[in-house]
Amino acid sequence: MDFLRPASWEEALAAKAEHPTAVPIAGGTDVMVEINFDHRRPEYLLDLNRIAELSQWEVGEEKVVLGASVPYTQIIENLKTELPGLARASHTVASPQIRNRGGVGGNLGCASPAGDSHPALLASGAHVEVESQARGVRLIPIDEFYKGVKRNALEADELIKSVHIPKATGPQEFSKVGTRNAMVIAVCAFGLALHPEKRIVRTGIGSAAPTPVRAKEAEEFLNAALEEGGFWDNGKIITPSIAKQFATLASGACNPIDDVRGSANYRRHAVGVMARRTLMWTWESYRGNAEGRTLEGAA
Amino acid sequence: MRVNFTVNGRKQTADDVWEGESLLYVLRERMGLPGSKNACEQGECGSCTVRLDGVPVCSCLVAAGQAEGREVVTVEGLADYAAHRDDAHPGGACGSGSCGTSLDAAQRWQAKGTDGQTGEGTELSPIQKAFIDAGAVQCGFCTPGLLVAADELLERNSSPSDADIREALSGNLCRCTGYEKILDAVRLAAARQEEAV
Repeated sequence: MDFLRPASWEEALAAKAEHPTAVPIAGGTDVMVEINFDHRRPEYLLDLNRIAELSQWEVGEEKVVLGASVPYTQIIENLKTELPGLARASHTVASPQIRNRGGVGGNLGCASPAGDSHPALLASGAHVEVESQARGVRLIPIDEFYKGVKRNALEADELIKSVHIPKATGPQEFSKVGTRNAMVIAVCAFGLALHPEKRIVRTGIGSAAPTPVRAKEAEEFLNAALEEGGFWDNGKIITPSIAKQFATLASGACNPIDDVRGSANYRRHAVGVMARRTLMWTWESYRGNAEGRTLEGAA
Repeated sequence: MRVNFTVNGRKQTADDVWEGESLLYVLRERMGLPGSKNACEQGECGSCTVRLDGVPVCSCLVAAGQAEGREVVTVEGLADYAAHRDDAHPGGACGSGSCGTSLDAAQRWQAKGTDGQTGEGTELSPIQKAFIDAGAVQCGFCTPGLLVAADELLERNSSPSDADIREALSGNLCRCTGYEKILDAVRLAAARQEEAV
């Protein structure tokens, strides 16, 4: 095994071009587990810790450009106003020690359907900025990023540089099912973001299909129902029948498996419950009832 | 490969490090510092918790090469680290390299002193004293990781709520105590810290 330690982004791209099998390592919270358990013996480890810009973020007019290695702790502490959905999801990642090291770039690179940041990224409509030495920068819409179980749209010579995430224009929520608040791989998870300026709702489902997915039919139904009823303008409470149908369609968007963490049936059911709850939380917050949830102890 | 890093305030070099090796392995097997414990090797249990540039991390998930040029504090150096935070270098670590715990002293570190039960006569950090006084140590395997995590909590939050303590220690598993005595110990250390101010 060789340990590559590029000092700059350009050097990292050159190293990845020369050694396409190199496994990038930043927080190490996934890669080191595989190495410790001898599940993986990469020819090259490509350490990204020295590249300062990967640990930085920029808050722009309309979006946040979040460096791939920005640890979850920093997202929780610094970006909960701009990215409330992602901040809440970040707070459910493992433990303080893991949140101090792991970041969104690793979640995307690993592309596990259970990664906690995926539902929030799907719900907010993020773009993943990847780059190769040969072909330069690509901005991949998050909807096209996940390709299969632990497979993503990256080419062998590409590295994830940052994630471009639209700043929240409305309430966002994240919900996750697990056996305790900390150190839990999601049984299933659900993210929801209201986009009042576009009058749409976007969603993301985690750990209930081979890849993270949006509940597209549920979104389409809800968007039409909200438009038809004038809900965005009159700020009325969402009727139980709309919430119920939204939940049913969200359950239908799942394609889960039975495994040690939960059964397929349970996952389908729980995703429906979380869809209804996150819709109610965000909608009540949109209507001006700020008594929704706080980040304190959120999971 | 060779790894140069700072351990407990002193510059150290580890040689013949395998590229896939963890920081934990280097600390235990190459530096002779077995205080940080090796249990789950997947970041679940927190018993290998150390400070990396001041931040608590699971050393089993840091590749040794990633520690190059960085500062590590292990439980063996915790007493000195806490003492210097409070006295010699308020608000920051020592930059001169004259402080810290030598590798030799760290390797020989034992909580013996004049009384093996209470640790009396041994240099201990306030959190270590509180763990002993509150009876928060049973088999002791999780203790080093908990001490490092709890010490960092009290460094940034002098009067943590129970929820703060629970969250700060949520990445450290203990299978003996049921956690109550550990929570007591952190509350005790926080109360003593408040009194001292």
